[in-house]
Amino acid sequence: MRTTLTVNGKDHSLDADPRTSLLDALRNHLNLTGTKKGCDHGQCGACTVMINGRRINSCLSLACMHDGDEITTIEGLGDEHNLSDMQQNFVKHDGFQCGYCTPGQICSATAMLEEFKAGWPSNVSGSLTASPELTDAEISERMSGNICRCAAYPNIVDAIRETAEEKS
Amino acid sequence: MTDGINISTAELTMNEPDDRNRLDVTVQGLIHTGMDRPDGPLKVSGRATYAHEDQPAGMMTGVLVRAPVAGGQITGLNAEAVRKLDGVRDVFHGKTFLRNPAQGTANEAPVQPDGKISYIGQPVALVVADTFEQARHAAHMIELQITPEDAVTDLDVAEIETPKDKQSSQGDLDAALSDAAYTVDETYRTSGHSSSAMEPHAAIAQWDGGKLTLRGSYQMLKYNVNELADALGVDAENVHILAPYVGGGFGSKLGISHEAVAAAHAARELGAPVAVVLSRQQVLEATMRRSETVQHIKLAADADGRMTGIGHDSTVSQLLDESFAEPVSQATPFLYRGENREIGMHIKRINRMCAGSVRAPGEAVGITALEIAMDELADVSGIDPVELRKRNIPEVDPSDGREFSSHKLAEALDDGAKTFGWADREAGKTDGEWLIGYGMSSATRVNMLGESHARVTLNEDGSLLVETDMTDIGTGTYAILTQIAGEMLGVPADRVTVRLGDSSLPKAAGSGGSWGAASSGGSVFVACEALRKKIAETMGVEERDLTLQDGVATTNNRRADLPEFTKNGPFTVEGTINKGDTQTDRRQATFGAFFAEVGVNSVTGETRVRRMHGSFAAGRILNAKTARSQCLGGMTFGIGMALTEELMFDKRDGHLVNNDLAEYHVPVNLDVPQLTVNFVQERDPWANPMQAKGIGELGICGAGASIINAIYDACGVRVRDLPATMDKILPGLPDM
Repeated sequence: MRTTLTVNGKDHSLDADPRTSLLDALRNHLNLTGTKKGCDHGQCGACTVMINGRRINSCLSLACMHDGDEITTIEGLGDEHNLSDMQQNFVKHDGFQCGYCTPGQICSATAMLEEFKAGWPSNVSGSLTASPELTDAEISERMSGNICRCAAYPNIVDAIRETAEEKS
Repeated sequence: MTDGINISTAELTMNEPDDRNRLDVTVQGLIHTGMDRPDGPLKVSGRATYAHEDQPAGMMTGVLVRAPVAGGQITGLNAEAVRKLDGVRDVFHGKTFLRNPAQGTANEAPVQPDGKISYIGQPVALVVADTFEQARHAAHMIELQITPEDAVTDLDVAEIETPKDKQSSQGDLDAALSDAAYTVDETYRTSGHSSSAMEPHAAIAQWDGGKLTLRGSYQMLKYNVNELADALGVDAENVHILAPYVGGGFGSKLGISHEAVAAAHAARELGAPVAVVLSRQQVLEATMRRSETVQHIKLAADADGRMTGIGHDSTVSQLLDESFAEPVSQATPFLYRGENREIGMHIKRINRMCAGSVRAPGEAVGITALEIAMDELADVSGIDPVELRKRNIPEVDPSDGREFSSHKLAEALDDGAKTFGWADREAGKTDGEWLIGYGMSSATRVNMLGESHARVTLNEDGSLLVETDMTDIGTGTYAILTQIAGEMLGVPADRVTVRLGDSSLPKAAGSGGSWGAASSGGSVFVACEALRKKIAETMGVEERDLTLQDGVATTNNRRADLPEFTKNGPFTVEGTINKGDTQTDRRQATFGAFFAEVGVNSVTGETRVRRMHGSFAAGRILNAKTARSQCLGGMTFGIGMALTEELMFDKRDGHLVNNDLAEYHVPVNLDVPQLTVNFVQERDPWANPMQAKGIGELGICGAGASIINAIYDACGVRVRDLPATMDKILPGLPDM
């Protein structure tokens, strides 16, 4: 099945089995292996990418559903010589250990700050309508869809907080 | 070997303590600092390549088929029909397949049962197709013909073995208990655990003639090469494993596993590269579990709280014919005083997935139960829990009279209590509907060293290359080897390159048992010390009179840039470290203390960890940042063990009920507060020439007990069956 995927600003013509998930299309067809498969069932968040700026689990979406969408993967946020602020802060605060969940954490965190800026409440927000404050609990709650078994969670929170502070 | 390259060897066997503290005298300023990981930029940008990456052209994909019963013999399958499906290249089953992964340091193939099924989820066949989607579909279409055999799936009726060499007794524990002013006599239960590393086990196998190259995700390459070669029936010299980045291990990737053997077998038969990745369900069902434990603990103490006796009798489970048994009471003999002691161990044989190493086998669950019992002793004696532990720190290992190499439990307890504000904790505190409580526990883990080799090259431009088959499973090996080499030879970190995870490089101990940093770091240290001697010889001084910093060698009256020593070509030294008498002459262990504040919801019985602190003593800390991260990880495993993690097997047929990350609950971000970690200053000369000890597992060893003890403080419910889920707390909650 032919699909045009726009990934990190570049068009890719894909002719893949219609059962191909967006995750497997990125990894196995486009050789963008920065996006990781941790569970293939939307339970761990390792495959998080951004579709038109919103974070999704790419394992839960079929590639053929994304013709025309703007897809951003970890490779699009910055390479090893030109890291985004979020990527730099993950290095500085050791927001990872084995590094396998990390691309998903960083894509998730990058999109999460935009959700926050737009005033979206979370399960720990005191109010559904007031603009939330970026407390540690808000960051943790909003990042709880991304599992890190090495458990860099406190460092991930530090990295995200510093990135948000730099931006404001 | 290239002409002009100067290669030599240097070897150290740790027969004598090394209290020279060389890394305190060197001046590069790298060691101990919280240097960022050199592999960090690659990891945060998605460029670090894990096992199922760098996919070769023409690669096919295999999907494993699981056994649907706990006991039986496969007599056939519908391979002919499945081979006709779209894209399918072949179907494999039979004698090459493993029953279970190899145990750590096995060095030979695990059981290859030729179609005999020992547990539900055992991988018994492989379907290979052009694409993952085709292979996954075809694997679902496999129909196995099985002759059922008896299987034991209920622990309550399982046969019990009591191995003679795992029982020990000193003095008279019964008499000590009857004479004691205070006693504890309780049974504790911990659940089965899964490592659940984020990267599922994966392998890409490619043959070139009779030589296999396998990209994989393994912790101990020198053993894995032999295990894989043995399983395939080829010479080890024809097996090359690459594992430059490993997406977590926690014990589950110590030994070669199903995916490697299946991929290599299929690739050999098909003459094409084959990738096999375990699904998350297969990781949970077919790699390694930590056995559930039942621990009967008896403590006896006099009126001052001084312990006179300890009994620790444990029961664990395992497959038939597997020798590993969770060493639950491994650290019990030396943690506290008490001249009367009984250690027992029993193994139940059951048709469940293999039990093996999960982060800190033994102490992770053994010290956790012991530290809950210690809290009960503090409660009945009315002695402060920190004080009770300090009163019971032994002078020597009470089980054999050996001196400790270094012992900093008291310092860790004091440091942790002070940092946490233990003395200022408030009794009966509430926060809305939350009951607040405080708890603490000790940590300990045995310390080891394993034979390791590393090659260090001083290049002509003054840069350094460090090479070993050691792995970095998130532990920070790339960082600490950079620091050790740079520190010893006075070379800035950005001029040091570390190559790891390639089995053709000098063989290291591997990552496991918290011995990786000491062992691989020790071999790098030995090589660097030899390089320092060469430089000193050239300058005509004793090695200790040489100062190396920022690429410059300085003595009293001379100064030379490092490239001056390599005008005739690079200098290479292969360093070797071996364990020696220091491993047995002294009891070597790491120590620490945990402090936790929890809230127990008075309506639902839910427990939330509000604060948690750990103070740890593990000898010299090589990298303050990565060492702290290791402790955060261990403490979080402790939170999981205390509150949420529990492998649940159906006793009727033996299947693992919660075989994915939606049902096996590892802690998520909101489950973990901003943990704090301190390190207690220590140098352990008996450990290795860096005076450093293992830190990767200490953070889990007893961590869960601080939470369980805090729950008791909060609401008066003593949980002895972990995890402390709401159903175990709710019935005991006080009326509000």
